[in-house]
Amino acid sequence: MHMHKFEKIWLIFGVTALLVFLSVLGVSAFYLGNQPPSCLAVVDPTKVDEHETFKEPGLKKVEGKDWDYELVFVAQAFAYTPGTVEVPLGAKVKVIATSKDVIHGFGVAGTNINMMVEPGYISEIVTTFDKVGEYLVLCNEYCGSGHHLMTSMIKVVE
Amino acid sequence: MAKAELKSETKTEIEDSSSLKGTLVSVFFVGFFIVVLWVGVYFLYLDRF
Amino acid sequence: MLKTSLNLKVDRRDAKLVMAHFYVAFIALLVGGLAGLLQVLVRSGKFELPAGIGYYQILTVHGVVLGLVLTTFFIMGFQLAAVSKTAGTFTNKQRTIGWIGFWIMTIGTVAAAVMILLNEASVLYTFYAPLQAHFVFYLGLTLVVVGSWAVGTTIILKYAEWRRANPGQPSPLLTFMALVNTMMWIVATIGVAATVLIQLLPWSLGLVETVNVGVSRTLFWYFGHPLVYFWLLPAYMAWYVMIPKIIGGKIFSDSLARMSFILFLLFSIPVGFHHQLLEPGIDPAWKFLQVVLTFLVVIPSLMTAFSLFATFESYGRSQGATGLFGWLKKLPWKDARFTVPFIGMLAFIPAGAGGIVNASHQMNQVVHNTVWVTGHFHLTVATAVVLTFFGVSFWLVPHLTGRKLTKKINKLALIQGYLWAIGMTFMSGAMHAAGLLGAPRRSSFSEYGGAAQAAEWIPYQIAQAVGGSILFIAIILMLYIFVNLAFFAPKGEEEFPVGEAANQEEKAPMVFENWKLWLGITVLLILFAYTIPFIDLIKNAPPGAQGYKLW
Ligand code: HEM
Ligand SMILES: [Cu+2]
Ligand SMILES: [Cu+2]
Repeated sequence: MHMHKFEKIWLIFGVTALLVFLSVLGVSAFYLGNQPPSCLAVVDPTKVDEHETFKEPGLKKVEGKDWDYELVFVAQAFAYTPGTVEVPLGAKVKVIATSKDVIHGFGVAGTNINMMVEPGYISEIVTTFDKVGEYLVLCNEYCGSGHHLMTSMIKVVE
Repeated sequence: MAKAELKSETKTEIEDSSSLKGTLVSVFFVGFFIVVLWVGVYFLYLDRF
Repeated sequence: MLKTSLNLKVDRRDAKLVMAHFYVAFIALLVGGLAGLLQVLVRSGKFELPAGIGYYQILTVHGVVLGLVLTTFFIMGFQLAAVSKTAGTFTNKQRTIGWIGFWIMTIGTVAAAVMILLNEASVLYTFYAPLQAHFVFYLGLTLVVVGSWAVGTTIILKYAEWRRANPGQPSPLLTFMALVNTMMWIVATIGVAATVLIQLLPWSLGLVETVNVGVSRTLFWYFGHPLVYFWLLPAYMAWYVMIPKIIGGKIFSDSLARMSFILFLLFSIPVGFHHQLLEPGIDPAWKFLQVVLTFLVVIPSLMTAFSLFATFESYGRSQGATGLFGWLKKLPWKDARFTVPFIGMLAFIPAGAGGIVNASHQMNQVVHNTVWVTGHFHLTVATAVVLTFFGVSFWLVPHLTGRKLTKKINKLALIQGYLWAIGMTFMSGAMHAAGLLGAPRRSSFSEYGGAAQAAEWIPYQIAQAVGGSILFIAIILMLYIFVNLAFFAPKGEEEFPVGEAANQEEKAPMVFENWKLWLGITVLLILFAYTIPFIDLIKNAPPGAQGYKLW
């Protein structure tokens, strides 16, 4: 099978570019810890309210962990608890969420906080809130007729 | 003048009719677009928390 | 020697079977286009749906009818035509199996459509559990898949017959490509069939209480990514084989075309996790592995880009073009059979680039479930693929109905293509931009409690409405063209363009026809990419989820 010289040049360039992309992503994910949210913990979706973490949604200071706060959300058609929350600027926070009914999204506009929230599973992401502002939390996975009304607000304050 | 014309004639003759120069440039334009978009979104990712 | 079985014309009886598929496809285009128009209008904030119709009911119609019905029916019809043309007329038995498949798919479509219209299935075309639709909806989708297997069988049988009759010969390129796509489809649909038959049907019938959400989603996306390649490969068939003939040129390389199709078969399936990058329950190392495999499937598309440009440049130079880009001027821009698919090819440049961004592991957090994604696949499937399908229809429909594409209709067809390009630039461009700002997909108009960020998205939604309205006009034009070509255009002969390879002596290596080998590697790759994370999903499963009807 014959391949034109220019096609070889093009494919070498293309494959190299893809390898560079993958290396950047791989180093960022595996060495710097920027993995996409992939929590492996589970919870009984009918007993969310009794669960240690989800009993009291909202922001909590924690000690002795890699992060300073835990910000817990419970998603349910068509609302998040808490409906609004303040986070101090510069706080390193683990955002934790689960759903009591169907699949929801958890997207925070203008940030990298974006994860699926599924009944039975716990979703987590760790980030440092390093810019002041009001960030809209919204459901970005279809969950029913009130899907587009499902919001919360994170206020990053000094 | 006539000479010059003749010269340019032969030059186009020489240009290989099976050349794929344009193809190479075109695909590299595509490659450039892919890289720019990717790098752009990657920086957006880095910039956001 | 390859021409022995090349039919000059697709047989009348096969033509009828193909046209049956096309009727359904174009009815779907009408219904889905109307839904699309309503969506952009609602999302602009200036219009409300009358009579208590829900936005998400309309969106379910749009996704099912365009994403599943239009595509599947058109592709099945197109592949039947390509095989009948290049491998020979179907036997009566093969054709009967094709008709049975067609009717099973059609019954399934009607069943699913009725449930959506009764508002019993507003679950969108991805039907993620635990939203629970009426069981007839799931049954209908099952029938569509089963019917497509029957139509696929027709293609496989014909291929096998051709190989028996021509031992030691590589199969005709179009037949080969149709076969690869059919096999990929069958391997992929096993996943969706499994979740529907084993999980969702019993659950929606009330036979079991709960459903394992993680497993269902994983089975769905095992199917969902190859689904998009199932849409794309027929467009590639037209680009590789038909477009060269239409412009008067040659196929750049028969063997490289076959190789890229084999690569698609191997790498299209074990990559479904790139749709599940942000979900719990799957170890990120396995996600990354599938990201790597996803990047491998970019390579055959890079090859395709080169082949297409090379075909165009070689043709232009053979016509005396000089300079770096002189060949562009030699292309037949006035011929809608070329220009409309060409717009599709151009759209595939930003579409493919966007796809690489989407699949980039943690970078998916920037775009996942934002309207950027909607912008992305309106470039891939709703421009690159459908404009190619439209371009194919301009000659295939009159070829099958014994009519001619007139000058006037050709002109309308060009306008249709330009309108699509303009409309989609507005709609998809605005979607990409709003998506980067965080605007969600699959969402009716909302002010999000007056949030400042959400206010910024509204101008983009207006731009989408402008673009979407232009697209709707293009759809009406296309339907007019289709009806003309099917029923009213003057009688005549329209060519079925099948290109010849530039290098006729180079015989395609027979290893490409070794299906034990390729299907074997396909299965191994799937097992490699999926076995361990899938077992983990089952072993570490949370208590199952009950069904909900929240619309
Ligand atoms: C008049 C032309 C079209 C318009 C105005 C249009 C508009 C839209 C809009 C606004 C959405 C997103 C709605 C939302 O996320 O809330 C959408 C979704 C979608 N469109 Fe289109 N579209 C058109 C044509 C097409 C075509 C031709 C196809 C496929 C061949 C297509 C396939 C889809 C699919 C699969 C979805 C996703 C549905 C979902 O997320 O559940 N569209 N369309
Ligand atoms: Cu939602
Ligand atoms: Cu995909």
